[in-house]
Amino acid sequence: MTATHPLILAGSAAETTRLVAYWILAIISIAAAIAMVLARRAVHCAVLLAVVMLSLAGLYIMLGAPFLAFVQVIVYTGAVLMLFLFVLMIVGITAADSIIETIRGQRMWAALSGIALLVLLSLVIGHAEIGGAAPNSAKFGNGNVTGLASLIFTKYLYPFEVISVLLIVAAIGAMVLAHRERTTPKPTQRELAARRIASGRPTPLPGPGTYAQHNAADMPALLPDGSQSELSVSPVLSGRSPQAPPELPGGAAPASPQETAGSLAGPPPSEGSIARPASAGGQGAGEQ
Amino acid sequence: MVSPAHFIALSVILFVIGAVGVLVRRNAIVVFMCVELMLNAANLAFVTFARMHGQLDGQVIAFFVMVVAAAEVVVGLAILTSIFRARRSASVDDASLMKY
Repeated sequence: MTATHPLILAGSAAETTRLVAYWILAIISIAAAIAMVLARRAVHCAVLLAVVMLSLAGLYIMLGAPFLAFVQVIVYTGAVLMLFLFVLMIVGITAADSIIETIRGQRMWAALSGIALLVLLSLVIGHAEIGGAAPNSAKFGNGNVTGLASLIFTKYLYPFEVISVLLIVAAIGAMVLAHRERTTPKPTQRELAARRIASGRPTPLPGPGTYAQHNAADMPALLPDGSQSELSVSPVLSGRSPQAPPELPGGAAPASPQETAGSLAGPPPSEGSIARPASAGGQGAGEQ
Repeated sequence: MVSPAHFIALSVILFVIGAVGVLVRRNAIVVFMCVELMLNAANLAFVTFARMHGQLDGQVIAFFVMVVAAAEVVVGLAILTSIFRARRSASVDDASLMKY
């Protein structure tokens, strides 16, 4: 017992614990994997894949591979999945999978071939003679890292070097592939200013929550006539929330614009500061 | 008692789920995730065989598989972003220019 790593459950007394841990991890990983295939949003898929990988790390610890378990957590869950999430944020978080089948009967055939693959693999595994685990040794406990190191740097030295070359090539390849060459000259400040004037809106877009009751990012600003400005909310936010127009502050039903403007302009600041934008609001609202 | 056969069975099930996901899903990123699931299932089998034989070679191979998978993901996701930039879509059905 003294020779084993504290993370490794050893001895016959721990057999029940091992069994319980195995079943918990197995059920969690299979459920998360099935949910990953079925989840419609790609971000949910990524999170469920993280669950599968973390439970696999637990199984590696049970199998006497503590080094691989930590590599699984650090490299897979920490780096690879974060890369997935980064690309998901670039490619579009709202991109849900389409439900329509482009190939007729694709799901049915996919399920059938999945079952066929399962049967095939089960037959192969069933016919194979899978013996019990080898007797416990230091290689699967405290000596795991040193054992792996001595293998990597002696027997597998050449593959190890090749893999380091592969990593460099992959990094350079990713940079080349994701690099975007500028095809048009960079616009100067004068050109940007001219474009802005020509666009019909020389001012910045209105910020969210102006003159509304709170300044959450999804709360549209109120125009001087009391109507809501659609421009003040980011299209990403309004596209994400299913209920399109947020309710007017105060819980009152949207009254006529004049009434709302009067009731809202009354309390907060002084009357005079509001009056000026309200009088000029005709053009501002019309332009939007 | 947990025998290596338990772990091999789990590995088979995870591999099949990943394969079905590759066949069913349209979003290229999710297809990539399912490929990762299959690689993980194979890794689980490698580690199990290492435990079964009492040798660490299987763990070394699983380690190499992880490194290669990381490289594959980096290049694959770079290709995906450049495809998305060109045609504003991450669906595998849209990239069919060479079909006809």
